[in-house]
Amino acid sequence: MADASIGLWTVPLAVFGGAIRVSTPFLFVSLGECITERSGRINLGLEGTLVMGAMSAYGISYLSGSPWLGVLAAGVTGAMFGALHAGICSLPRVNDIAVGIALMLLGTGLAFFLGKPLIEPTAARLPAIDFGWWSDVPQLRAALRINVLFLIGVAIAPLLYWAFRTTRWGLLIRTAGESADAARAMGHSVLLIRLRATMVGGFLAGIGGSFLSLFYPGSWNEGLSSGQGITAVALVIFARWDPMLCLWTSLAFGGAAALGPALQSVGITSGYHLFNAAPYILTLAIMIITCSPKRTVTGAPAELSITR
Amino acid sequence: MTTDAVESVDAAGVVPAADVGFLQRYGATIEYILIPGAALVGALAVFGAFIAIYGKNPLDLYFYMYYGAFGTWFSWQNTLTRAAPLILTALCTALPAQLGMVIIGGEGALLIGALTATSAALALQGAAPIVVQVAMVIAGVIGGGLWITLSGALRQYRGVNETISSLLLVYIALAILNHLVEGPMRDPASLNKPSTREIGAANMIGSIPGTEVHWGLVFGLVAAVAAYVLIYHTTFGFAARVAGGNIRAAKIVGLSVSKLILTVCFLAGGCAGLAGMIEVAAVQGRTNANLAAGYGFTGILVAFLARQNPLAIIPVAILLGGISASGGLLQRRLGLPDASVLVLQGIIFVFVLASDALYGRIGFLKGKS
Repeated sequence: MADASIGLWTVPLAVFGGAIRVSTPFLFVSLGECITERSGRINLGLEGTLVMGAMSAYGISYLSGSPWLGVLAAGVTGAMFGALHAGICSLPRVNDIAVGIALMLLGTGLAFFLGKPLIEPTAARLPAIDFGWWSDVPQLRAALRINVLFLIGVAIAPLLYWAFRTTRWGLLIRTAGESADAARAMGHSVLLIRLRATMVGGFLAGIGGSFLSLFYPGSWNEGLSSGQGITAVALVIFARWDPMLCLWTSLAFGGAAALGPALQSVGITSGYHLFNAAPYILTLAIMIITCSPKRTVTGAPAELSITR
Repeated sequence: MTTDAVESVDAAGVVPAADVGFLQRYGATIEYILIPGAALVGALAVFGAFIAIYGKNPLDLYFYMYYGAFGTWFSWQNTLTRAAPLILTALCTALPAQLGMVIIGGEGALLIGALTATSAALALQGAAPIVVQVAMVIAGVIGGGLWITLSGALRQYRGVNETISSLLLVYIALAILNHLVEGPMRDPASLNKPSTREIGAANMIGSIPGTEVHWGLVFGLVAAVAAYVLIYHTTFGFAARVAGGNIRAAKIVGLSVSKLILTVCFLAGGCAGLAGMIEVAAVQGRTNANLAAGYGFTGILVAFLARQNPLAIIPVAILLGGISASGGLLQRRLGLPDASVLVLQGIIFVFVLASDALYGRIGFLKGKS
């Protein structure tokens, strides 16, 4: 066993590697949800979008042989789910949280239905860049095999931060989220802004799903996503709707999620399931700490139903 | 009432006036039946089209769905057996909805209720079956109730969104269940499927005489009727609805909103916990991962389709119990994946929510006003 050479160092290394690997879906979903929520709407259906994205990416990658085509397909599927969410929400008296729950169930069901024939075959997976070539320690090299999607996600976070602050689109989205009346008074259609924001959010969440099926864990099955989508939605609240904070919290969550498998790899198997629940417990704990009944959370878009 | 209506009485006698009166009196009720009904038909049509694209005959689909759900005495029993936990998990969403809360964690409360009920049964081995059963009910209700009370308390005291917290608690409940059945509570004899020890055949709650439908259905019916009476015919229910309508008004008239929220959440979770106890005491006989069969999630749909009305939950739960009962037949006869039931449920959910936009907009139901 090569494990013996570095002993218990395996655990922090695996957590570090996991923080990079496991965090990618969290990162994409939370950045997508960040855009949607900034426009004043919450899409709880991203859990379903994530699973749908994973399934369609795997299917298209299997059929076409190109994983990148799969990533694109996942994004487009996600955008379509976003459009569906925004379309239903634009009807009068329809509650966006309830629609999100419905799309969570629909997305999961549809993905399981269409993905049934995909459980057996193996699709082309996304390549990884080897940043650990200089090291002799296999665990370190494994930890530093980084997927391009992660780098793209890391790049999107500051880009979004900048876009929210300085671009016209960023201002429009923020206006729709802070005061729909103000956006209307400026002559913009709030529904259209939110439709676009939800579609872009769905696109990113779909790509997050493609990472699950095409890189890590890297196969399609029905237990692929268990609540990563909903955790990421909660994470946006903790990140105070700030894309850069979304990046840091996603990394922290990835590390927490990697703790269970990491401990298992060094032979600590008792409490495996409890360690696997670490991200959910962490989310809940963080929400308990950051929320307050006396005031809305700092930085919350004023139109957001979840904080009112 | 307007002069218009009075005039029509004078002009054309009693009949049109009775018509107007009927619509004005029952228009809202008709709406509550007609619109979800239309949404259901629309969803079935879309699902039929989806199945047609998939290469199967939608007419076969509808026939097998009907046959598998309500076609024979056997399928009726299957349907009613599945409706029992659905009524209870739907109450877990419908009761907090009276207070304006969206709780979607019924699945978690079900799992915790199953665990606590099983623990009670295992701790009381050797006692009279009736004692064990009563203890299981109490333990299941308390376990599930406290689980959802946690969401309610977080919302009330920390401002944590109850929808997200209740859903996160589902995953945590599942992790606790898996941990316990594979670790401390595991029956060493359960090799392939880690489970707790069995509660014992004598302690099972059995079937309603003459049927194979277990007594859980009666539990569900009683709970639904009790919830209806509680909400619409007691001061407590009135207070809850006032707080759900306008929380500031409720505070001004001196209602203790915290107490209302915590009590309602406890009752809601207690219902879902009871569903878990029933699944253990009437179906599985022990706790294992089979319990996470999605009753909690389908219950959310039942509650929304019933417009959060506890009495309406009963027929809707039977309907959706039927849909899930027909899943096996669809798999065998049409070769559809087992997830087709999930797809149909999702489509129904989307249609029901979209149909919310129709209320008060159907011309002939408005009457003359």
